[in-house]
Amino acid sequence: MATDGIPAVELRHVTKRFGDRAVLDDLSLAVPAGRAVCVLGRSGTGKSVMLKHIIGLMRPDAGSVLVEGEDVAQMSPRDLARVRQRMGMLFQHAALFDSITVGENVAFPLRRHSSLPAREIRERAEALLADVGLAGEYDKMPADLSGGMRKRAGLARALALEPAILLADEPSTGLDPVTSGEIDRLLVALRDRTGATLIVVTHNIPSARVIGDELVFLDEGRIVAQGTAGMLDESDIPLVRRFMQAEGAG
Amino acid sequence: MTVVVSWLEGVARAARFAGRVLAEAVRPPFEGRETLRHLYELGVRSVPLIAAAGFAVGVVLSMHTRSSMARFGAEALIPAGLAIVLIRETGPLVSGLLLSGRIGAGIGAELGAMKVTEQIDALEAVAVDSFRYLVVTRVVACVIALPLLTTLMNFTGLLGGWVAEALITGMPLGTYFRQAFQPIQFTDLVPATLKTTVFGFIIATVASYLGVHTTRGTEGVGLASTRSVVTSSILLIATNVLLVRLIQFVYP
Repeated sequence: MATDGIPAVELRHVTKRFGDRAVLDDLSLAVPAGRAVCVLGRSGTGKSVMLKHIIGLMRPDAGSVLVEGEDVAQMSPRDLARVRQRMGMLFQHAALFDSITVGENVAFPLRRHSSLPAREIRERAEALLADVGLAGEYDKMPADLSGGMRKRAGLARALALEPAILLADEPSTGLDPVTSGEIDRLLVALRDRTGATLIVVTHNIPSARVIGDELVFLDEGRIVAQGTAGMLDESDIPLVRRFMQAEGAG
Repeated sequence: MTVVVSWLEGVARAARFAGRVLAEAVRPPFEGRETLRHLYELGVRSVPLIAAAGFAVGVVLSMHTRSSMARFGAEALIPAGLAIVLIRETGPLVSGLLLSGRIGAGIGAELGAMKVTEQIDALEAVAVDSFRYLVVTRVVACVIALPLLTTLMNFTGLLGGWVAEALITGMPLGTYFRQAFQPIQFTDLVPATLKTTVFGFIIATVASYLGVHTTRGTEGVGLASTRSVVTSSILLIATNVLLVRLIQFVYP
């Protein structure tokens, strides 16, 4: 799909309420194609909710969510499925399907949305697992993997359809610094290799510095700071400065 | 008042859910591979339970039938009496209740766990219609499995009845089954067996509804599983009354 000049993802005045509480409050954000944006903020400030709006798992109470110029909240299920095939999402706890093997998890999107023969799908899934450092783990069940391995398998699944837009919800939370660094490098390598747009929700400031071309800071459902890591370091908002100084967070 | 309104809203949501299942079940594309997998998981894996339960029910029914018939000197009618009771009512109802326990609890817990671990969201994120993939396939599998499992229960029940009878009278198997099936007509067998398709629909739809609407983490998963069994069992018993009345109306 031609996306010249159109942001890969754009949220326009998005509001989402749970009961009386506005989790997203008139939020607007445009992410140009090929950029890597890290979304920061305290827990419960609407970061994951924002990702779920972008991939159409939630609909805004007000405003619109555009992916490559198309409003995902107004789409038919068929069109939404088409748009989702251009996106990948890494969930906070990986969300691997626990009734099938790790390899079948990675092969699943290919099996559903490609006409490749079974053998080629398996080869691709094995290659994706190797890319995330899980070579030889194809036949293991998700329950047999550690937290870091599950997250890497989730990333492999998210990359299976070579997405133009990759959403990652706290990819390094709960991981040791080495594994966290590996995930960061994988995300950067993906962007460099494929030109994919990355939107990464994270609490991990070192990760955000490595991955993000731009950092967005959310508080109370609103963007309170936006810019490069250097700009946020110098922010005149004390909460943002404190957050950026918390290098060990994650 | 608020509780009543809230309850009615819940019933309306569940009814819409059931209506959507019916609509989507007949609309292609069909998830054949996944439906077959559930047919195996929910149906084939229930065979030992149904076969064993049917056999035991047959033995017990035969003992009761014998003691009742003996009062009237009508022991010769024992196989036929047992067959009518088993095929018309006991087999379908006991199968339904047993499977609402095994299948209902399983579906409620499985879908509940998938909901709280975001696996259902993950399915949607990879552009798969989770309702068709998770719910419709299970309901279709249950609708197909229930009559087949009920037939199995009827058969093993009769087998149990014969064993109980043979131990007392030494009646040969062939004679027993000939006497059992002699009075059985189409109207005894087919409507009673086919009504279990409705039981299958109720069990899988209720369990799926409660499973995909699970909240509150692992506690919610346990709750979804328990509620699936309780709700589907009550609905099944109530629906059975209506279906029996309907069958008697159509085939007086």
